[in-house]
Amino acid sequence: MIDTPSGQTPEVASLTPEVPSEAAPLESLKIEKGRGLAGLPWWLFALVLISVWVGFVIYLDSDYREAFTFIKSGIRLTITISLSAYAVALVIGLLAGLGRISSNVVINNVATFYVEFVRGIPMLVLIFFVALVGVPIVVEGLNALGVWIEGLGLGPIAEPLVALQNQSVPMTLRAMIALAVTYGAFLAEIFRAGIQSIERGQMEAARSLGMSYAQAMRYVILPQAIRNVLPALGNDFVAMVKDSSLVSVLAVRDITQIARLYAGRTFRFREAYVTLSVMYLTMTIILSFLVRLLERRLRRHA
Amino acid sequence: MPERDIIVIKDLYKYFGDVKALNGVSLTVERGKVVVIIGPSGSGKSTLLRCINHLEVPTSGEIWIDGEHLHGKHRDINAIRAEIGMVFQLFNLFPHLSVLENVTLAQRIVRKRSPEEAERIAMQQLERVGIPEKAHAYPSQLSGGQQQRVAIARALAMNPKIMLFDEPTSALDPEMIKEVLDVMLDLAREGMTMVVVTHEMGFARAAADEIIFMDEGVIVERATPEELYNNPKEERTKLFLSQILHH
Repeated sequence: MIDTPSGQTPEVASLTPEVPSEAAPLESLKIEKGRGLAGLPWWLFALVLISVWVGFVIYLDSDYREAFTFIKSGIRLTITISLSAYAVALVIGLLAGLGRISSNVVINNVATFYVEFVRGIPMLVLIFFVALVGVPIVVEGLNALGVWIEGLGLGPIAEPLVALQNQSVPMTLRAMIALAVTYGAFLAEIFRAGIQSIERGQMEAARSLGMSYAQAMRYVILPQAIRNVLPALGNDFVAMVKDSSLVSVLAVRDITQIARLYAGRTFRFREAYVTLSVMYLTMTIILSFLVRLLERRLRRHA
Repeated sequence: MPERDIIVIKDLYKYFGDVKALNGVSLTVERGKVVVIIGPSGSGKSTLLRCINHLEVPTSGEIWIDGEHLHGKHRDINAIRAEIGMVFQLFNLFPHLSVLENVTLAQRIVRKRSPEEAERIAMQQLERVGIPEKAHAYPSQLSGGQQQRVAIARALAMNPKIMLFDEPTSALDPEMIKEVLDVMLDLAREGMTMVVVTHEMGFARAAADEIIFMDEGVIVERATPEELYNNPKEERTKLFLSQILHH
């Protein structure tokens, strides 16, 4: 299943040198031809073997089975929160990425401020910050806005804004926002690098035909840029699935939080964390493999 | 009655940092004329061409295109550019679009033509440049000469009043130069206003109404091809011509 030709550097990696790629567990997946057994990815066999073996243990051992049954109740939330946060992060990232290359001084500085702010703070701290500081500030802001609109005599519009309360924003939603805001900054850098990898002549040709900047972006630059960065975007999705575990600090019941609860209650730390680790490992190996397939497909049709 | 001079350039200066690419250039081009700009590299000829459709913003000076001021407050640069076709040295086709889509894209979103009409015009233009059979190919499947002809068709499909050519054959293999020059010659004969930066002296002689010799950001000499070849007035022109005509 893995027969990447040797010596072929991944196109996108070279196009996007500054992209923060902390994910990609299968990054080192390259078979060196002609090296026989030594060239095989033994580490991958080992990872898969461990996953399968733990799967059997869960199936056969009642303690592990109980841990797994308990923890898997959080899988739905882990997946939902990863998918929805990623979707929002894509939108934020695209806008911020466009902002980063904008020649408008204000837009450019706002976008750069956002990206550097996020990149300068540990993700764990950011999650606390967004959920417990950012969201309340936004709620207060919306309240104030509501009061102002009420003053203009637009009661019906103002009412939901005034009535909005900090407590009414659920922790799950805050966790999702926190992840989206954090990853929006990472994705912004990917989009920026992708757009900048498109040669300048493309924009010039489009503009010389009378297209506006926005039209040239939409029809000429972005289709090429996004295609170039699809693998990088995929890698960041894998990273986000892993980082979604951090939302457990907000007592959101994802698989990590539930594993912690289970371990705390039963003192079966080994069962809880072996099972949890293998659950993440299974997800990331499968996702990374899909990213690799996508990457190869794109390269073939380049 | 449209004005006779379709391009009017006055006192154009363009600095890149300390480098003076254009050092006071004034030039008028009459409707329907073909003007060829020659000169050593770094003489500012490409910069001048790129100022005409505002891809390069001049440091100072003024340009009018068909009576419209290029730096006016209420001018719509996109509308002006739609009237000026440009052909680049490196073709700059859109690699993610087929040949046909390359030629129809701007027609649809800038000229607001229906897909059917855009396609009809695109096919006409592809026939004119001699490669209608490549309509559904992608740029990467074409030779350099074919790509450049598609680029010309793409510009022509907008029905421009002016065509700018920025060294259109200098990135081509020798055997492909002729097919591109033939298309340009046809265009010149049909009365298109053209400004061409090139080193192809054969083309200049056959098609140009005027040749402009530039050096160090200024126009050194401006003459008909016969005058310039047979009787150049400036020393710098003589030197340059002797260098390029010898091989």
